[in-house]
Amino acid sequence: MIKIENLHKKFGKNKVLEGVDIHFDRGGIYAILGPNGSGKTTLIKSILGMVLPDKGSITVNGTTIPRQWTYRQQLSYLPQIANFPGNLRVSELISMIKDLRGQEANESHLVQLFELEKYLDKRLSTLSGGTKQKVNLVLAFMFDSPLLILDEPTSGLDPSSLISLKRIIRTEKEMGKTVLLSSHIMHFVEEIADEIVYLLEGKIYFKGSLDALKELTGEGNVEHAIAAIATTQTYV
Amino acid sequence: MYKILKYCFYDLIRSRWSYVYFLFYLLLGFMLLFLNNDLSKAVITLLNIIIVLVPLIGTIFGIMYFYNSKEFTELLLAQPIRRRSIFLGLYLGVAGSLSVSLVLGLGIPFVLYGLMKSGVIWDFGLLLLIGTALSFIFTALSFNIAVTQDNKIKGFGYSVLLWLFMAVIYDGLFLLSLIFFEEYPLDRYSLGATLLNPIDLSRILILLKLDIAALLGYTGAVFKGFFGTNAGFLIAMAVLSLWVVLPTGRMIFKAERKDF
Amino acid sequence: MYRVITFCMILWSLAGIAQSGNLLVVCEDCEYKTVAEAIRNADAYDTLRIEPGIYREYNLVIDKPLTLQGVNLPTIDGGDMGEIITIQSDNVTVSGIRVINVGTSYTKDFAAVRAVKSRNFAIRDMLMEKLFFGIYLEKSAHGVVSGNKILGDAEEEFNSGNGIQLWHCDSIAVTGNHVEKVRDGIYLEFSDNINISGNTSSNNVRYGLHFMFSNNDLYEGNLFENNGAGVAVMFSKRIVMKGNTFKKNWGTAAFGLLLKEINDSEIYDNRFLDNTIGIQIEGANRLTYRNNLFSNNGWALKVRGACYGNSFTANNFLNNAFDLSYNSNLNDNVFKGNYWSEYTGYDLDKNGIGDVPYRPVKLFSYIVNRTPETIVLLRSFFMGLIDFSEKVSPVFTPDNLVDTQPLMKRSL
Repeated sequence: MIKIENLHKKFGKNKVLEGVDIHFDRGGIYAILGPNGSGKTTLIKSILGMVLPDKGSITVNGTTIPRQWTYRQQLSYLPQIANFPGNLRVSELISMIKDLRGQEANESHLVQLFELEKYLDKRLSTLSGGTKQKVNLVLAFMFDSPLLILDEPTSGLDPSSLISLKRIIRTEKEMGKTVLLSSHIMHFVEEIADEIVYLLEGKIYFKGSLDALKELTGEGNVEHAIAAIATTQTYV
Repeated sequence: MYKILKYCFYDLIRSRWSYVYFLFYLLLGFMLLFLNNDLSKAVITLLNIIIVLVPLIGTIFGIMYFYNSKEFTELLLAQPIRRRSIFLGLYLGVAGSLSVSLVLGLGIPFVLYGLMKSGVIWDFGLLLLIGTALSFIFTALSFNIAVTQDNKIKGFGYSVLLWLFMAVIYDGLFLLSLIFFEEYPLDRYSLGATLLNPIDLSRILILLKLDIAALLGYTGAVFKGFFGTNAGFLIAMAVLSLWVVLPTGRMIFKAERKDF
Repeated sequence: MYRVITFCMILWSLAGIAQSGNLLVVCEDCEYKTVAEAIRNADAYDTLRIEPGIYREYNLVIDKPLTLQGVNLPTIDGGDMGEIITIQSDNVTVSGIRVINVGTSYTKDFAAVRAVKSRNFAIRDMLMEKLFFGIYLEKSAHGVVSGNKILGDAEEEFNSGNGIQLWHCDSIAVTGNHVEKVRDGIYLEFSDNINISGNTSSNNVRYGLHFMFSNNDLYEGNLFENNGAGVAVMFSKRIVMKGNTFKKNWGTAAFGLLLKEINDSEIYDNRFLDNTIGIQIEGANRLTYRNNLFSNNGWALKVRGACYGNSFTANNFLNNAFDLSYNSNLNDNVFKGNYWSEYTGYDLDKNGIGDVPYRPVKLFSYIVNRTPETIVLLRSFFMGLIDFSEKVSPVFTPDNLVDTQPLMKRSL
């Protein structure tokens, strides 16, 4: 599904990615973990084509991506900061994205699920952060894309929405989709992820299942296990 | 691209600032006409305002919109849309909505006042055309700054400097050079220097259409000899178009190679 | 006063002429079928009555005191052959005739009506069309030119003549005439004690009114509109210019009034409206400018070199692009008690006079004088800023060039 080879990226003098080699197969939930500044978002944005790599190649569904755009029809993205043009109403934003992508979408059940009906006619600038994140989620999940990329999907969500979110992600997986997400919330990751990718200082320190991680580090607790990798060698 | 343009335009048309800008021109138009009662005088006053204000608003509004729609841009970048289309759409949306505010804001009072029957319709049309050109030029320039400068404060500073340079400093340097080389024939030089700055070019194009052109004396006659011909007018329009096309091209070029 | 007496004398003498002599009628079926025939057969002080009709005649020489009187505007058509009526005697009156098709020549100044060395003549209520020169007065005196309409079709200076020309004349009244589309509407050369009043001179190729080497003249209540260059008064002395309107003389080299080498004259109660330059002054000394209105001109006053002892008082300057342009740092002229619409000072003691002096010369105007090309910065934001800063703290403009008592309201 996604194949990344020898990916390098630096911003000015700051080397963010230093030779990342990784592949994500079809059908699975992958969590990209790592401390702040480890290059998670840069990796995600490279896949999206928002960040242009200095070196290396990224192939999504057989397309080598720099300067391509059609492959994004197969992909939905949930950005980290949910900020939209303030003058638009929620319903307008949804129909705008549908219009822009020119794809079929199924937003009504998502709107229902996140209880957004009463906000549909509100302008986006009047919404709270949590509500905006819900709108953000609707936009990301309403298309039937084989690849989902979620950057911090849990931020600002109330518990019931969080439960809905987990349910949706699992459903998507059951439909054979690939989900790529980044998060700082270990319980969430533990609960949902099939595989974990641990990124530190622009390199991949670990890729594998949660059980493999625990086994490797000898820690029963995910958080401790994560903390443990950072201090040891690469386990790829 | 048209879809982006449509939504950006839509967004701006409903923004408070577009209304303020539109109402400002509307009020200005009515005030000038009903206080002055003289269409051609009103056109001169408008000229003064347009060559200062339109570039300033174009620059400031352009840079503000670009920075403020960062998240919107990122949302779009993750969609299956060409980068070029996104930025061209945003640019045309901003420049277009500024132009619409200008043209409608000034156009409505003038039409109500009976412009269609009066002789100054061509002067007024030229004024609006030039106001539109200046909107497009300075929005393009400010987008250039925004696309290469991620620091909002710096970007804002640069764009104010840019405006200051084009509207004030350039003319100051121009004046100094004229005084310094006053023994030499300066007509061609001043023609060239005027062509290079879109604000000066706009000012001269409109002045030449008005009675006040007589004040320009011999130099004015040289200018009229140039801009008065079809070829000269076309050259002037071509220069204004270049001022739109080149910065827009560079903006697209930079945007396609930028990390978001 | 003596002008009035002269005028009365002319009237009296003309009245005397009309009473005496026989009446000769000229018409198609009359005894005299041409004007020339009638003139030949007339005795001195006879009256020729010319009935309506078209008379194809030219070179009509009036060499004895006669009165030619048109009835219902008969036409004398010169057929472009040359001069039409030439007065070579004293006490001649010509009136109410339409004179057309004067010949054009580059060597001779053919006129519709010419008076040569004539005294006590009158030319009235004539209509002249398709002409070269209209009325040409040569070494004549004590005459009246009034109520004539001179409609030319001049387009170029070199092949057109003047409407009313006075050469070496004295004590002549030019009143209520209407001249348009000729070279100079009214032209005076070496002519003294002339009274020009109530005329309209418009759309002429060069000047509406033009003085050369003429002294002690008065022009009053005339309208000069849209002439190629305006009105020029050159090399003359003691001219009174009063209550005239100078209007719409627009063009790169146009002005309302050009004063050049003129001394000891008075200019008052005139109106200068919409001219490129209201008054251009070069080498003018001891002139008083009082109670004139300058409105919507490019430059109200443009003072070139060598102007001494001029005084400007109680004038109104309204909405001119520049009120004053001065080409030197020296100033020997006085500006006092004028109204300037751009004046922004205050009047705390409420005496109607601003407490802060007004500086009529803008810095831009000063710079343009130095380097004319800088005019291309007209109406630019930069020049606005510079003018403003110079107004706040003057550095460049002449120090003593101020109106120390600017009026707060228009003077009436």
